[in-house]
Amino acid sequence: MEPVYLTFVFVLAIFLGFELISKVPSTLHTPLMSGSNAISGITLIGALASLQTDNLVFSAILGTLAVAFATINVVGGYVVTNRMLEMFKKKDEGGAK
Amino acid sequence: MSPLLINFAYVISAALFIFGLKMLSSPATARRGNLLSALGMFIAIVFTLLAQGLDYKWVILGMAIGGAIGAFAALRVEMTSMPEMVALFNGFGGISSLLLAWAEYHQNPVMSVFIAIVAFLSAFIGGVTFTGSMVAFGKLSGKITQKAVIFKGQHIINAAILATAVGAAALFCMNPHTGAGYALFVLIVLVALGFGVTSTIPIGGADMPVVISLLNSYSGIAACAAGFVISNNILIVAGALVGASGMILTNIMCKAMNRSLSNVLFSGFGTTTAGQGGGDGPQGEIRPATAEDVFYILEAADSVVFVPGYGLAVAQAQHVVRELGDLLEANDTEVSYAIHPVAGRMPGHMNVLLAEANVPYDQLVEMDDINPRMDSVDVCVVIGANDVVNPAALDDESSPIYGMPIIETHRARTVIVLKRSMNPGFAGIQNALFFAENARMYFGDAKASIQALVAEFKSD
Repeated sequence: MEPVYLTFVFVLAIFLGFELISKVPSTLHTPLMSGSNAISGITLIGALASLQTDNLVFSAILGTLAVAFATINVVGGYVVTNRMLEMFKKKDEGGAK
Repeated sequence: MSPLLINFAYVISAALFIFGLKMLSSPATARRGNLLSALGMFIAIVFTLLAQGLDYKWVILGMAIGGAIGAFAALRVEMTSMPEMVALFNGFGGISSLLLAWAEYHQNPVMSVFIAIVAFLSAFIGGVTFTGSMVAFGKLSGKITQKAVIFKGQHIINAAILATAVGAAALFCMNPHTGAGYALFVLIVLVALGFGVTSTIPIGGADMPVVISLLNSYSGIAACAAGFVISNNILIVAGALVGASGMILTNIMCKAMNRSLSNVLFSGFGTTTAGQGGGDGPQGEIRPATAEDVFYILEAADSVVFVPGYGLAVAQAQHVVRELGDLLEANDTEVSYAIHPVAGRMPGHMNVLLAEANVPYDQLVEMDDINPRMDSVDVCVVIGANDVVNPAALDDESSPIYGMPIIETHRARTVIVLKRSMNPGFAGIQNALFFAENARMYFGDAKASIQALVAEFKSD
């Protein structure tokens, strides 16, 4: 039953993703990519949970590497997206002097 | 903390991701949306760390290294280098899914067929994403050639690699817990890493918007597959959102080039057409202009539309362009910036550069909004763009870019084209626009040329 339930969640999330993303204007496509990059760093959650105390050493090394790469994605992705979105200003917000 | 509570926290995280993406639908709310999304990630991380039995020394080591590199890179990167940055991060997402699947498999080699299949998918897609992104990164940052690298029998080699992967996967899924199964898994990882290179290297620089979008999608799907491996909903939901996002962007980019995805991935566009492009394209007389000529044209104009392309990013000319735009506005000229969906090297590349230069986003117009009123535009200033303004896409059926939607600058009263030289653009196609009666060529480095115009306005 478990695979069916997971697939169910997957299919609904895909449809939701299509609905949400198709409303993002082209001006924001770069922040969208870097922001979704940060979200794809969600593997961090799985990698953290895999680092159990009773692990084999090789598993722990692989898991730690996975944590490191995913953290780069999460931290780097959100910070750079924030930097970009900060720059998007409307005219009356003092964009053009 | 109980697993039940942790899973409830994941539901909150998923909701925050969804809200965050929803708020990206307007530049006014986008920044808060990103912060909400980050909050969702923070909650998920904190609750995961509260689970029992975690080995914190590895956790701290991994997070400290990753966090430091990520923060350093994100704070230091130039806005013009954003495409390579995104490519790099895509790759890291991919490799972490691969490593996670491998770690899980190494720890628990006895898996059901279903888990074995998703472990294969996670490792394979993750591996392809990683090396594919590294190649894209190399091309975008100029470390390897931007040209499409074509070698003999490329399609056959790629097909053979894929067949090997599928065959190895089938055998692996039947007996994952044996020594042979383990060897097959390692083989799959190696094949995936190789396939990422051989499938990305034949794609040329100007097709990078498509490739980055596609790799973005892959990194999400790999995370999703990893979620199946460890039966974790938050990975599946977040991965699916990213996967969908990448697919939509890929589709938009392909449409904007009037090409199918398979054509982008397999044709090696750019090298095949470059040979014929030089000789028999449109010919004619060009009308060069000096800074002074251009100044008089701009000064007399009521409306000016800037059309930026990759050349703007290369010349780092976004700030001087904004300065010129401000001077024109002070001169009672209506100024806007028309942006083609594939201008630059990634979706929305030009928008970010102009935003960096403080151009308000309400002055940025999309191709479909500017084209209907192009006839009433006094002056179009094309800066480092070529194929996206080539009228051959509209009327020359023999042109390789025929059918691609363009910004129809040739319909404006006057077109000023800033260009380094008469060399044809990426696609190797000569541009009829340059020979049009209403076109003036203003040669030189984009930044220096515009600085000269700014100086003319200031001395006036």
